[in-house]
Amino acid sequence: MNALRIKNFEIRNRLFVGTGKYETYEIMQKALEASGCQVVTVAVRRERLIDQQGRSLLDYLDLSKYVILPNTAGCFTAEDAIRVALLGRELLEKQGNPGAGWVKLEVLGDKKTLLADPVGTIEATKELVKEGFTVLAYTSDDPRSAVRIKEAGAAAVMPAGSPIGSGQGVLNPLNISLCLELLKEGDPDYPVIVDAGVGTASDVTIAMELGADGVLLNTGIAHAKDPVQMAVAMRHALEAGYLAYRAGRIPKKRYATASSPFEGVISYIPGE
Amino acid sequence: MTTSNMTIKLNGTPHDVPEGTTVADLVAQSNLSPDKVAVELNRRLLKTDKYATPLKDGDEVEIVTFVGGG
Repeated sequence: MNALRIKNFEIRNRLFVGTGKYETYEIMQKALEASGCQVVTVAVRRERLIDQQGRSLLDYLDLSKYVILPNTAGCFTAEDAIRVALLGRELLEKQGNPGAGWVKLEVLGDKKTLLADPVGTIEATKELVKEGFTVLAYTSDDPRSAVRIKEAGAAAVMPAGSPIGSGQGVLNPLNISLCLELLKEGDPDYPVIVDAGVGTASDVTIAMELGADGVLLNTGIAHAKDPVQMAVAMRHALEAGYLAYRAGRIPKKRYATASSPFEGVISYIPGE
Repeated sequence: MTTSNMTIKLNGTPHDVPEGTTVADLVAQSNLSPDKVAVELNRRLLKTDKYATPLKDGDEVEIVTFVGGG
Protein backbone atom coordinates (compact mmCIF):
# COMPACT_ATOMS: atom_id res chain seq x y z
CA MET A 1 0.00 0.00 0.00
CA ASN A 2 1.10 3.52 -0.75
CA ALA A 3 1.40 5.86 2.22
CA LEU A 4 -1.57 8.13 2.82
CA ARG A 5 -0.74 11.81 3.01
CA ILE A 6 -2.94 14.09 5.10
CA LYS A 7 -1.30 17.50 4.97
CA ASN A 8 1.97 17.07 6.87
CA PHE A 9 1.14 13.56 8.10
CA GLU A 10 2.28 10.50 6.19
CA ILE A 11 0.42 7.38 7.23
CA ARG A 12 1.69 3.93 6.28
CA ASN A 13 -1.40 1.98 7.33
CA ARG A 14 -4.80 3.20 6.26
CA LEU A 15 -6.73 1.56 9.07
CA PHE A 16 -7.32 4.01 11.94
CA VAL A 17 -8.32 2.23 15.13
CA GLY A 18 -10.03 3.56 18.25
CA THR A 19 -9.02 2.77 21.82
CA GLY A 20 -12.50 2.78 23.40
CA LYS A 21 -14.66 0.00 24.79
CA TYR A 22 -12.13 -2.82 25.11
CA GLU A 23 -12.63 -5.14 28.05
CA THR A 24 -9.08 -4.52 29.26
CA TYR A 25 -6.12 -2.39 28.27
CA GLU A 26 -4.20 -5.60 27.55
CA ILE A 27 -6.75 -6.75 24.97
CA MET A 28 -6.68 -3.27 23.45
CA GLN A 29 -2.89 -3.43 23.11
CA LYS A 30 -3.03 -6.82 21.39
CA ALA A 31 -5.85 -5.76 19.07
CA LEU A 32 -4.04 -2.57 18.03
CA GLU A 33 -0.92 -4.58 17.35
CA ALA A 34 -2.85 -7.17 15.33
CA SER A 35 -4.61 -4.49 13.28
CA GLY A 36 -1.27 -3.18 12.04
CA CYS A 37 -2.54 0.36 12.54
CA GLN A 38 -0.28 3.35 12.94
CA VAL A 39 -2.94 5.87 13.92
CA VAL A 40 -5.02 5.38 17.07
CA THR A 41 -7.78 7.65 18.28
CA VAL A 42 -8.32 8.73 21.88
CA ALA A 43 -10.83 10.89 23.76
CA VAL A 44 -10.27 13.75 26.21
CA ARG A 45 -12.10 13.44 29.52
CA ARG A 46 -12.10 14.80 33.05
CA GLU A 47 -9.48 13.15 35.19
CA ARG A 48 -11.18 11.20 37.96
CA LEU A 49 -9.52 12.43 41.09
CA ILE A 50 -10.20 9.18 42.86
CA ASP A 51 -9.43 6.34 40.51
CA GLN A 52 -8.91 3.08 42.38
CA GLN A 53 -6.53 1.64 39.84
CA GLY A 54 -4.83 4.89 38.92
CA ARG A 55 -4.11 3.52 35.44
CA SER A 56 -3.83 5.83 32.50
CA LEU A 57 -4.53 4.95 28.89
CA LEU A 58 -1.22 6.64 28.10
CA ASP A 59 0.61 3.90 30.03
CA TYR A 60 -0.75 1.35 27.56
CA LEU A 61 0.02 3.10 24.29
CA ASP A 62 3.51 2.98 22.82
CA LEU A 63 3.83 6.65 21.92
CA SER A 64 6.99 6.03 19.91
CA LYS A 65 5.04 3.68 17.66
CA TYR A 66 1.57 5.19 17.30
CA VAL A 67 0.46 8.57 16.06
CA ILE A 68 -2.31 9.57 18.44
CA LEU A 69 -5.38 11.19 16.89
CA PRO A 70 -7.32 12.94 19.65
CA ASN A 71 -11.04 13.33 19.04
CA THR A 72 -13.64 15.81 20.23
CA ALA A 73 -16.24 13.11 20.83
CA GLY A 74 -19.07 14.15 23.10
CA CYS A 75 -19.04 17.78 21.93
CA PHE A 76 -22.30 19.28 20.71
CA THR A 77 -21.12 22.83 20.02
CA ALA A 78 -18.25 24.24 18.00
CA GLU A 79 -17.05 26.09 21.11
CA ASP A 80 -16.74 22.91 23.19
CA ALA A 81 -15.07 21.02 20.35
CA ILE A 82 -12.44 23.77 20.07
CA ARG A 83 -11.78 23.64 23.84
CA VAL A 84 -11.37 19.87 23.72
CA ALA A 85 -9.11 20.07 20.66
CA LEU A 86 -6.84 22.54 22.44
CA LEU A 87 -6.68 20.31 25.53
CA GLY A 88 -5.85 17.27 23.39
CA ARG A 89 -3.10 19.16 21.63
CA GLU A 90 -1.65 20.27 24.96
CA LEU A 91 -1.58 16.66 26.22
CA LEU A 92 0.16 15.40 23.09
CA GLU A 93 2.65 18.27 23.08
CA LYS A 94 3.62 17.24 26.60
CA GLN A 95 4.10 13.68 25.37
CA GLY A 96 6.07 14.77 22.32
CA ASN A 97 3.71 12.85 20.02
CA PRO A 98 3.24 14.10 16.44
CA GLY A 99 -0.53 13.76 16.93
CA ALA A 100 -0.39 17.18 18.62
CA GLY A 101 -0.77 18.69 15.17
CA TRP A 102 -4.12 17.21 14.26
CA VAL A 103 -7.59 16.48 15.57
CA LYS A 104 -10.52 14.28 14.71
CA LEU A 105 -13.28 16.84 14.88
CA GLU A 106 -16.70 15.70 16.04
CA VAL A 107 -19.46 18.21 16.57
CA LEU A 108 -22.53 16.11 17.20
CA GLY A 109 -26.18 16.97 16.81
CA ASP A 110 -27.76 14.72 19.41
CA LYS A 111 -26.87 11.89 21.75
CA LYS A 112 -29.20 9.35 20.21
CA THR A 113 -27.95 9.28 16.61
CA LEU A 114 -24.49 10.80 17.23
CA LEU A 115 -24.79 12.23 13.74
CA ALA A 116 -22.62 15.25 13.02
CA ASP A 117 -24.08 18.74 13.12
CA PRO A 118 -22.89 20.20 9.80
CA VAL A 119 -23.11 23.87 10.82
CA GLY A 120 -21.19 23.36 14.07
CA THR A 121 -18.66 21.19 12.25
CA ILE A 122 -18.01 23.91 9.67
CA GLU A 123 -17.70 26.62 12.36
CA ALA A 124 -15.27 24.54 14.40
CA THR A 125 -13.25 23.54 11.33
CA LYS A 126 -12.65 27.18 10.38
CA GLU A 127 -11.60 28.09 13.91
CA LEU A 128 -9.31 25.08 14.38
CA VAL A 129 -7.60 25.68 11.04
CA LYS A 130 -6.87 29.24 12.27
CA GLU A 131 -5.39 27.67 15.42
CA GLY A 132 -3.04 25.68 13.20
CA PHE A 133 -4.71 22.28 13.42
CA THR A 134 -4.82 19.69 10.68
CA VAL A 135 -8.54 18.97 10.90
CA LEU A 136 -10.00 15.55 10.08
CA ALA A 137 -13.72 16.18 10.20
CA TYR A 138 -16.27 13.49 11.00
CA THR A 139 -19.54 14.07 9.17
CA SER A 140 -22.59 12.21 7.93
CA ASP A 141 -22.56 10.79 4.40
CA ASP A 142 -24.23 13.86 2.89
CA PRO A 143 -22.07 14.85 -0.10
CA ARG A 144 -22.92 18.58 -0.02
CA SER A 145 -22.07 18.90 3.69
CA ALA A 146 -18.82 17.09 2.98
CA VAL A 147 -17.93 19.65 0.30
CA ARG A 148 -18.71 22.57 2.62
CA ILE A 149 -16.50 21.06 5.32
CA LYS A 150 -13.66 20.68 2.85
CA GLU A 151 -14.15 24.31 1.78
CA ALA A 152 -14.01 25.35 5.45
CA GLY A 153 -10.44 24.05 5.48
CA ALA A 154 -10.63 20.44 6.67
CA ALA A 155 -7.52 18.45 5.67
CA ALA A 156 -9.65 15.32 5.39
CA VAL A 157 -13.36 14.61 5.47
CA MET A 158 -14.59 11.49 7.23
CA PRO A 159 -18.12 10.55 6.24
CA ALA A 160 -19.89 7.95 8.35
CA GLY A 161 -20.86 4.66 6.76
CA SER A 162 -23.69 4.42 9.31
CA PRO A 163 -24.20 5.74 12.86
CA ILE A 164 -21.27 5.45 15.28
CA GLY A 165 -21.09 2.05 16.95
CA SER A 166 -24.14 0.76 15.04
CA GLY A 167 -22.26 -1.93 13.13
CA GLN A 168 -24.50 -1.40 10.10
CA GLY A 169 -21.61 -0.95 7.69
CA VAL A 170 -21.82 1.28 4.63
CA LEU A 171 -25.58 1.86 4.40
CA ASN A 172 -25.54 4.22 1.44
CA PRO A 173 -22.69 3.36 -0.91
CA LEU A 174 -24.05 5.86 -3.43
CA ASN A 175 -23.65 8.74 -0.98
CA ILE A 176 -20.15 7.65 -0.01
CA SER A 177 -19.16 7.42 -3.67
CA LEU A 178 -20.70 10.85 -4.34
CA CYS A 179 -18.73 12.24 -1.37
CA LEU A 180 -15.60 10.76 -2.92
CA GLU A 181 -16.41 12.09 -6.36
CA LEU A 182 -17.18 15.65 -5.22
CA LEU A 183 -14.33 15.90 -2.71
CA LYS A 184 -11.76 14.58 -5.16
CA GLU A 185 -12.93 16.56 -8.19
CA GLY A 186 -9.79 18.26 -9.52
CA ASP A 187 -8.08 17.21 -6.27
CA PRO A 188 -7.64 13.42 -6.55
CA ASP A 189 -5.33 13.14 -3.55
CA TYR A 190 -7.76 14.82 -1.15
CA PRO A 191 -8.10 12.29 1.70
CA VAL A 192 -11.52 10.82 2.44
CA ILE A 193 -11.77 8.34 5.28
CA VAL A 194 -14.90 6.36 6.05
CA ASP A 195 -15.45 6.75 9.77
CA ALA A 196 -17.98 4.90 11.85
CA GLY A 197 -20.50 2.14 11.44
CA VAL A 198 -18.15 -0.75 10.62
CA GLY A 199 -19.56 -4.02 11.94
CA THR A 200 -17.36 -6.60 10.28
CA ALA A 201 -14.47 -7.01 7.85
CA SER A 202 -16.49 -6.81 4.64
CA ASP A 203 -17.70 -3.33 5.62
CA VAL A 204 -14.09 -2.14 5.53
CA THR A 205 -13.54 -3.75 2.15
CA ILE A 206 -16.70 -2.14 0.74
CA ALA A 207 -15.58 1.31 1.90
CA MET A 208 -12.16 0.82 0.32
CA GLU A 209 -13.63 -0.61 -2.90
CA LEU A 210 -15.66 2.58 -3.25
CA GLY A 211 -12.35 4.44 -3.32
CA ALA A 212 -12.00 5.63 0.27
CA ASP A 213 -8.44 6.43 1.35
CA GLY A 214 -8.84 4.75 4.70
CA VAL A 215 -11.26 3.53 7.34
CA LEU A 216 -11.58 4.52 10.98
CA LEU A 217 -13.26 2.08 13.32
CA ASN A 218 -13.47 1.16 16.99
CA THR A 219 -16.48 -0.84 18.15
CA GLY A 220 -16.24 -3.37 15.29
CA ILE A 221 -12.99 -4.60 16.83
CA ALA A 222 -13.46 -3.74 20.51
CA HIS A 223 -16.83 -5.48 20.85
CA ALA A 224 -16.12 -8.47 18.61
CA LYS A 225 -16.15 -11.79 20.46
CA ASP A 226 -12.45 -12.06 19.72
CA PRO A 227 -11.13 -8.53 19.21
CA VAL A 228 -7.61 -9.63 18.29
CA GLN A 229 -8.81 -11.97 15.55
CA MET A 230 -11.22 -9.33 14.26
CA ALA A 231 -8.35 -6.84 14.16
CA VAL A 232 -6.44 -9.20 11.86
CA ALA A 233 -9.56 -9.59 9.69
CA MET A 234 -9.96 -5.80 9.46
CA ARG A 235 -6.33 -5.39 8.41
CA HIS A 236 -6.73 -7.91 5.57
CA ALA A 237 -10.13 -6.49 4.61
CA LEU A 238 -8.64 -3.05 4.21
CA GLU A 239 -5.86 -4.36 2.03
CA ALA A 240 -8.30 -6.40 -0.07
CA GLY A 241 -10.49 -3.35 -0.72
CA TYR A 242 -7.49 -1.13 -1.42
CA LEU A 243 -6.14 -3.55 -4.01
CA ALA A 244 -9.52 -4.32 -5.58
CA TYR A 245 -10.28 -0.62 -6.08
CA ARG A 246 -6.96 -0.10 -7.83
CA ALA A 247 -7.30 -3.30 -9.84
CA GLY A 248 -10.63 -2.02 -11.22
CA ARG A 249 -13.72 -4.11 -10.81
CA ILE A 250 -15.73 -5.45 -13.78
CA PRO A 251 -19.02 -3.75 -14.54
CA LYS A 252 -22.13 -5.48 -13.21
CA LYS A 253 -24.18 -7.13 -15.95
CA ARG A 254 -27.74 -8.37 -15.96
CA TYR A 255 -27.01 -11.72 -17.66
CA ALA A 256 -24.29 -14.32 -17.44
CA THR A 257 -21.17 -14.32 -19.57
CA ALA A 258 -19.60 -17.75 -19.82
CA SER A 259 -16.02 -18.18 -18.66
CA SER A 260 -15.62 -21.32 -20.80
CA PRO A 261 -16.02 -20.86 -24.56
CA PHE A 262 -19.15 -22.17 -26.29
CA GLU A 263 -17.13 -22.77 -29.41
CA GLY A 264 -16.46 -26.47 -29.80
CA VAL A 265 -18.94 -27.72 -27.22
CA ILE A 266 -20.33 -31.16 -28.00
CA SER A 267 -23.55 -30.54 -26.07
CA TYR A 268 -27.08 -29.55 -27.02
CA ILE A 269 -27.65 -25.82 -26.41
CA PRO A 270 -31.26 -24.81 -25.68
CA GLY A 271 -32.64 -22.36 -28.23
CA GLU A 272 -29.96 -23.06 -30.87
CA MET B 1 -2.90 33.16 61.37
CA THR B 2 -6.23 32.22 59.90
CA THR B 3 -6.54 30.59 56.54
CA SER B 4 -9.81 31.37 54.90
CA ASN B 5 -11.40 29.05 52.42
CA MET B 6 -12.67 29.77 48.96
CA THR B 7 -14.93 27.83 46.69
CA ILE B 8 -13.78 26.75 43.26
CA LYS B 9 -15.34 24.42 40.75
CA LEU B 10 -13.10 21.48 39.90
CA ASN B 11 -14.23 19.22 37.03
CA GLY B 12 -17.77 20.47 37.43
CA THR B 13 -18.02 19.99 41.20
CA PRO B 14 -17.73 22.76 43.82
CA HIS B 15 -14.78 22.32 46.20
CA ASP B 16 -13.76 24.32 49.27
CA VAL B 17 -10.03 24.88 49.16
CA PRO B 18 -7.67 27.00 51.27
CA GLU B 19 -6.84 30.41 49.91
CA GLY B 20 -3.62 30.33 47.95
CA THR B 21 -4.35 26.94 46.40
CA THR B 22 -2.81 26.61 42.94
CA VAL B 23 -3.56 24.47 39.93
CA ALA B 24 -0.32 22.65 40.69
CA ASP B 25 -1.79 21.67 44.10
CA LEU B 26 -4.90 20.28 42.43
CA VAL B 27 -2.87 18.37 39.86
CA ALA B 28 -0.75 16.91 42.66
CA GLN B 29 -3.93 15.55 44.27
CA SER B 30 -4.86 13.71 41.08
CA ASN B 31 -3.47 10.29 40.26
CA LEU B 32 -1.62 11.44 37.20
CA SER B 33 1.66 13.20 36.71
CA PRO B 34 1.45 16.76 35.34
CA ASP B 35 2.65 15.58 31.92
CA LYS B 36 -0.41 13.34 31.60
CA VAL B 37 -3.01 16.01 32.23
CA ALA B 38 -4.11 19.21 30.55
CA VAL B 39 -5.80 22.04 32.40
CA GLU B 40 -8.39 24.67 31.66
CA LEU B 41 -8.91 27.69 33.91
CA ASN B 42 -12.23 29.43 33.35
CA ARG B 43 -12.67 27.68 29.99
CA ARG B 44 -9.25 28.72 28.69
CA LEU B 45 -6.29 26.40 28.25
CA LEU B 46 -3.71 26.87 30.99
CA LYS B 47 -0.14 26.05 30.03
CA THR B 48 2.02 24.10 32.47
CA ASP B 49 4.22 27.09 33.31
CA LYS B 50 1.14 28.85 34.75
CA TYR B 51 0.16 26.04 37.15
CA ALA B 52 1.72 27.89 40.10
CA THR B 53 -0.72 30.80 39.80
CA PRO B 54 -2.95 31.03 42.92
CA LEU B 55 -6.64 30.42 42.25
CA LYS B 56 -9.39 32.92 43.04
CA ASP B 57 -12.79 32.32 44.59
CA GLY B 58 -15.23 31.13 41.94
CA ASP B 59 -12.56 29.89 39.51
CA GLU B 60 -13.53 26.96 37.34
CA VAL B 61 -10.83 24.39 36.73
CA GLU B 62 -10.93 21.39 34.43
CA ILE B 63 -8.23 18.75 34.68
CA VAL B 64 -8.42 16.29 31.80
CA THR B 65 -6.51 13.35 30.42
CA PHE B 66 -6.88 10.82 27.62
CA VAL B 67 -9.28 7.90 27.80
CA GLY B 68 -10.16 5.27 25.25
CA GLY B 69 -12.24 6.60 22.38
CA GLY B 70 -12.99 6.20 18.71
